[in-house]
Amino acid sequence: MQVIKVENISKQYRLGEVSSKTLSHDFKRWIYRLRGKEDPFLKIGEANDRSVRGTSEYVWALKDISFNVQQGEVLGIIGKNGAGKSTLLKILSRVTSPTTGSISVRGRMASLLEVGTGFHPDLTGRENVFLNGAIMGMSKTEIKSKFDEIVNFSGVERYIDTPVKRYSSGMYVRLAFAVAAHLEPEILIIDEVLAVGDAEFQKKCLGKMKDVSLEGRTVIFVSHNLDTIKTICSRGILLKHGNLIQDGSIDDVIETYIKSQINTTESFYEFKVDESENLDCFPVSFKIENKKGQLVNEVPAYEKFTIKIKVVLRKKIEHFVCAIGFCTNLNLPLRTIWSTPKDLEKGEHDILFHMDNVFFETGSYIINLGISTYERTLFSKENFNTLTISDISSDDKPESVLRIKGAGIILNTEKVEII
Amino acid sequence: MTEEKYDLVIKPKSSLLDINFKELWKYKDLLFLFVKRDFVSVYKQTILGPVWFFIQPILTTIVFTIIFGNVAKLDTDGLPAPLFYLTGITFWNYFASCLTATSNTFVSNASIFGKAYFPRLITPLSVVISNLIKFGVQFILFLCVFLYYYFTDDRIQPNAYMLLLPVFVIIMAGLGLGFGILISSLTTKYRDFTFLVGFGVQLLMYASPIIYPFSKLSAEWRFWLNLLNPMSSIIEAIKYGFLGKGVFDLFYLSISFIYMVVVLVTGVIVFNKIEKNFMDTV
Repeated sequence: MQVIKVENISKQYRLGEVSSKTLSHDFKRWIYRLRGKEDPFLKIGEANDRSVRGTSEYVWALKDISFNVQQGEVLGIIGKNGAGKSTLLKILSRVTSPTTGSISVRGRMASLLEVGTGFHPDLTGRENVFLNGAIMGMSKTEIKSKFDEIVNFSGVERYIDTPVKRYSSGMYVRLAFAVAAHLEPEILIIDEVLAVGDAEFQKKCLGKMKDVSLEGRTVIFVSHNLDTIKTICSRGILLKHGNLIQDGSIDDVIETYIKSQINTTESFYEFKVDESENLDCFPVSFKIENKKGQLVNEVPAYEKFTIKIKVVLRKKIEHFVCAIGFCTNLNLPLRTIWSTPKDLEKGEHDILFHMDNVFFETGSYIINLGISTYERTLFSKENFNTLTISDISSDDKPESVLRIKGAGIILNTEKVEII
Repeated sequence: MTEEKYDLVIKPKSSLLDINFKELWKYKDLLFLFVKRDFVSVYKQTILGPVWFFIQPILTTIVFTIIFGNVAKLDTDGLPAPLFYLTGITFWNYFASCLTATSNTFVSNASIFGKAYFPRLITPLSVVISNLIKFGVQFILFLCVFLYYYFTDDRIQPNAYMLLLPVFVIIMAGLGLGFGILISSLTTKYRDFTFLVGFGVQLLMYASPIIYPFSKLSAEWRFWLNLLNPMSSIIEAIKYGFLGKGVFDLFYLSISFIYMVVVLVTGVIVFNKIEKNFMDTV
């Protein structure tokens, strides 16, 4: 069953300060409305790209966003800062209204844009639980019946009759989240609030959120922590400059997001090293070559390839080591490869990494680079390029390797003996 | 369930009189928790606590008695000066504190309003109620002083009109709330009005019969004063009911009542319109 229907939601904001100019615009708007005309300022406005200096005073924080949410779905909203995630949540939570469009909701909806909204420092924990619960839309009897559970979950029993201003920040957040976790709405909207509390408590919160979705309730979740989103959400929406870029399974959406965030795989990458930094050693270029020595953007799964790095040494370096590291697109370190230590003369050198023993499953991987001597770093650069392993069939692939997705790291089967 | 049946529709604009009273009722618990919060938090970490409720009107009355009664020798309608001033101050304070406190609704609650949804009208309503409690406490003080003079001074002649007090309190609350939310709605975008409230309320006090009796004014003056400040006829009527001196005029009282209805309805409509988008401008 469809519980939320978002239709052509747009939100316009005016930049700059409130001044007499705002007053004149308000006046113009009013005159237009009296004459039964459309708002003249709705026709203008630019996409919300904060790094580009625009010409219009009006920007669209959200532009024509439409999507539906089914019951029991856990929807993750991702996007860079300023993509419009929070604006969308604000509109969904009725904190502000859209400029155009409409949202239809079925069932009781509660939103958690902040933990501890309305907590008053002078009131005790107990008083604040009631106040905060009521702000979130719970009735007094409802809170009363859940009060013990809330206190238990928060683990601050001993302090419950002490003003919350005496709490440690962790206790404060625990109590606040405990109230929120015991809201029982049919639809729950959550902004990045889990980034608080210690690891144990975060785990507890995540568990609680999973339970919520298992109970058939709908959750809309915004976070920068892709790991969390990936574990909790089933579907994702990607926003960019106020536009909806993608709506699909969470894995696909995260993939697109990561690709849009970092440089796409380039077969040839040139390092821009600041000459004034006076480095003894720096890389010049990075190349991915297939087994025929051709530059490639994508490597078919289970095919050998070579990464070629050209470095410049301004002087002789002893015990020179170059390393590359691969991380998953969630930035989890997977593998690091070192060159054997070697004394190198001044000048240009090529370092070749032959990748023919361990293969990656299909997907994109972040590449990091480091150069060192005697364990002292001479140069390091993270996340400068990605490696894309595609599922284009390769001649090398033995027939026994059927699944390339979800296989993790694949070892060269030729090295495995079965007797 | 049909496909088109939704519990809630979020749209940019709605009709002017779209006030969801059912929803307001659903949040009544929050209303009383806010009242409790306002009441409890103000006097936490003070030694005298609620005694401060008494100190303010007592000191004001003493100052007024000295300056306006003894120095300026203003007429008090033949009534004992402290009682005369205290009556005015007690009732005027309720209106003034309702007005000043509600006029900040949006600005001072922006952090809560920006993070959670509940009918915004709950906040000014809670202010009016918590001020009513404060007024109740101050009214007890007034009653004590009133009873003292009643038994010691035969100039005090209370009559049945004093039973109309609840009606007057409701009109005062309505006026304070109406003006307050109207101003708070206007200040979300243009802060100019906040300056007005601060000294405006103080100046308005001089336009009401608190330090002088209505009986000293000509009919023409009374009319204009009442139009400028709807509180004046109410304070006069209360004085008449409790102290036996003053002007009880149904014509002026009905002007005040109409005033209240108009201000309150306009206030609620404007507030309702502003609350949807105020987070963008506040």
